[in-house]
Amino acid sequence: MTQSVVVQVGQCGNQIGCCFWDLALGEHAAVNQKGIYDEAISSFFRNVDTRVDGDGGNISKGKICSLKARAVLIDMEEGVVNEILQGPLRDVFDSKQLITDISGSGNNWAVGHKVFGRLYQDQILEKLRKSAEHCDCLQCFFVIHSMGGGTGSGLGTFLLKMLEDEFPEVYRFVTSIYPSHEDDVITSPYNSILAMKELNEHADCVLPIDNQSLFDIISKIDLMVNSGKLGTTVKPKSLVTSSAGALKKRCKKPFDAMNNIVANLLLNLTSSARFEGSLNMDLNEISMNLVPFPQLHYLVSSLTPLYTLADVSIPPRRLDQMFSDAFSKDHQLIQADPKHSLYLACALMVRGNVQISDLRRNIERLKPSLQFVSWNQEGWKTSLCSVPPVGHSHSLLALANNTCVKPAFMDLRERFMRLYKKKAHLHHYLQVEGMEESSFSEAVSSLSALIQEYSQLDATRSLPMPDFPRLSIAV
Amino acid sequence: MSIVTVQLGQCGNQIGFEVFDALLHDSHNSQGLCSKRENEAYQASCKERFFSEEENGVPVARAVLIDMEPKVINQTLSKAAQSGRWKYGQHACFCQKQGSGNNWAYGYSVHGPKHEESIMNLIQKEVEKCDSLSGFFIIMSMAGGTGSGIGAFVTQNLQDQFSNSLKMNQIIWPYGTGEVIVQNYNSILTLSHLYRSSDALLVHENDTVHKICAKLMNIKQISFSDINQVLAHQLGSVFQPTYSAEGPFHYRRNPLGDLMENLVPHPEFKMLGIRNIPQMSEKSLAYSTFTWAGLLKHLRQMLISNAKMEEGIDWQVQPPLSGLPPLGKVSLNKELRFNTSIANLVILRGKDVQSADLEGFKDPALYTSWLQPVNAFNVWKTQRAFRKYEKSAALVSNSQFLIKPLDMIVGKAWNMFASKAYIHQYTKFGIEEEDFLASFTLLEQVVASYRNL
Repeated sequence: MTQSVVVQVGQCGNQIGCCFWDLALGEHAAVNQKGIYDEAISSFFRNVDTRVDGDGGNISKGKICSLKARAVLIDMEEGVVNEILQGPLRDVFDSKQLITDISGSGNNWAVGHKVFGRLYQDQILEKLRKSAEHCDCLQCFFVIHSMGGGTGSGLGTFLLKMLEDEFPEVYRFVTSIYPSHEDDVITSPYNSILAMKELNEHADCVLPIDNQSLFDIISKIDLMVNSGKLGTTVKPKSLVTSSAGALKKRCKKPFDAMNNIVANLLLNLTSSARFEGSLNMDLNEISMNLVPFPQLHYLVSSLTPLYTLADVSIPPRRLDQMFSDAFSKDHQLIQADPKHSLYLACALMVRGNVQISDLRRNIERLKPSLQFVSWNQEGWKTSLCSVPPVGHSHSLLALANNTCVKPAFMDLRERFMRLYKKKAHLHHYLQVEGMEESSFSEAVSSLSALIQEYSQLDATRSLPMPDFPRLSIAV
Repeated sequence: MSIVTVQLGQCGNQIGFEVFDALLHDSHNSQGLCSKRENEAYQASCKERFFSEEENGVPVARAVLIDMEPKVINQTLSKAAQSGRWKYGQHACFCQKQGSGNNWAYGYSVHGPKHEESIMNLIQKEVEKCDSLSGFFIIMSMAGGTGSGIGAFVTQNLQDQFSNSLKMNQIIWPYGTGEVIVQNYNSILTLSHLYRSSDALLVHENDTVHKICAKLMNIKQISFSDINQVLAHQLGSVFQPTYSAEGPFHYRRNPLGDLMENLVPHPEFKMLGIRNIPQMSEKSLAYSTFTWAGLLKHLRQMLISNAKMEEGIDWQVQPPLSGLPPLGKVSLNKELRFNTSIANLVILRGKDVQSADLEGFKDPALYTSWLQPVNAFNVWKTQRAFRKYEKSAALVSNSQFLIKPLDMIVGKAWNMFASKAYIHQYTKFGIEEEDFLASFTLLEQVVASYRNL
């Protein structure tokens, strides 16, 4: 089995990362009753003998001694990382796998990318190499960051190039939080577009997520809980709460519930690679099946169910509802409407007691209402993992390569141009060594080229299905 | 003579387990409606073919398990050991840490050569345990990366290293509506390579077996386990020992050789399919009685109307009257209604088997003109019943039945190829556009050949 390393960059990246590790521990604790360090746990955790000095010897088999996350934590401010190190998860992180600074990036991509990139290049490389050395067979780097700020956006994308150069065979999955309209960082469009160029060129797969969608999901759940429709039937341990808190206790960390959704996304993405099932799907299969052309690697994700009902025996109707929900606008983690755009490919990752016939029945049912590109009419990739997530009997993660990301990107470009035309705040960027106006124009061109690709595919929707004459054989 | 089974990838290993389980279960758990002595001869023959002996008496499957990631092999090994009745050899597995990512090119060009030596050594060891080798049975899927890519690679190697032994590839045809998005690419690459290096391709379609589970077995929530068990049943009914010409107590020695001899008279035509009758849940079996006449009538109609199972058979289809060209050949319509055969083999097991009348299968109208029915058709009759079926019949057929599925896969792959989608994933590992074109050409040739029968 393979291992993955999580690289969490910036405030957002680290907060989400923290939720992820919390949930990952919870999941493995629930599955692994005997406390034996097995291959599933080793995909994300090292087993360390803390009595040994120095690095802590790696124990590859036997009982779990002390679990250390395969993670590298990077932030140019100390606040968030310090909080993590003082919180309940402090023992999970290896103190040597952190890189922090004091001053922060000032919400400036150029500072994050050029200044801190140059400054911490060697250190970052060293930590990454170390974490790779601890792995038997490293398959994937998961980078978690936000696009709108300075550190996550700038430094986060800087290390993508580093990962590509240093570890060319290892996949780079990037979870990117895009800024919503109400974002309080004025320069977030600049940061996002500059970061997107890097994502276009150096990421294998990007899962764009925006805060607005997460917020809407949480609001809807709150509404359902408070309106008494579900009442006490919502279990305390649901998908959106960490093991530490219940749904109503959100006073401590306002983003906690939202971060948990993203953390669950990552867990479900890797579940079929970690746990057994009748139709496994490894991480390298995601890229293989969902990326038909190298540039088009942005995947829209949706997760169901988002909360648990106390009803344990789910009748088949509920199961089918889960599939329908995955394609509804309300469950997407990005403001997009895949149902009314063109699908290039779609992956369905199912967990729990679901069999191939359930899967097929639902694909048949939903297919007519979805439009797939002409050369991929049956563009479905499916997987069945037997182990359900904690607190649920089954769950479904849908990843779609769909042209519905185009409006989101166009919107981002709009917001960028509004600022750029007036040259607003540009001097903050240009005064950083290595930044020129061409950096901006190149970034926008890169995005425009991507939008153009999606447009071309969209244009094929109205055309009749092309008929490519087959090879004819002389008999 | 013995058969060495090579199980590749998740599909191959999951099915392989069910096959050995079914074979042993049939062999040991029923008296077979015959005498004790007869039964013992059957068991001994089955054992010689598929299992080797171990000190403590637990039979060890003659199998090599190959996968590029460990989860499925671990599961398969433990399931076998748990049954207590048989197991896999301790050192019969080859496993890596990272899978082939559904990428045929990765399986064929990277994993294959990298692990060639280890894999072939493993197979060699298994072969050495056999007193005499009938050949290899390779179980693989077409849609994924390991079964398909490494399967193609290993088959080629077997051709080089064991040129005197036969190879039959059990290929799993994926569901029409995707399991894997690039399944059509993987399929055409697999089929074109296997057509050059394998001796026979025994095809099972997931869609068909799924329908059998739904309609005949009445399973509500069908799992892959169910599908694999039906498949294993079909394979068992073909591969279990059958009487040789000498009659009772004497079983055919060379199962693969006999199958090939009867069914693959020409290297251009290698695709075989199995049909079984009756097929039902064991609960319903108790309330059913059959006559050979009834079973064979259905089986014959299944053959000529290209029905995949005993429900929904089109009784309108009839063989063409002699002297007139068959309807299928005249129309350019791709929907051939009458299924012309090259060769057929019917395997009958059970009570009163000697009384079964197979004249219907000897009608020359069923076959192509270049083979006489006496050469094209064979029947093997065995008194010993298979599992709980008092009477059961299996038909292994080399006929036009696969034209439509093959044509469809080639068509879809071609469509995708024309748009160049996903090609970069293959060229990354050394499979170029020319390789794709070569595969398309070969398969169009196969489709044309079968269509023109």
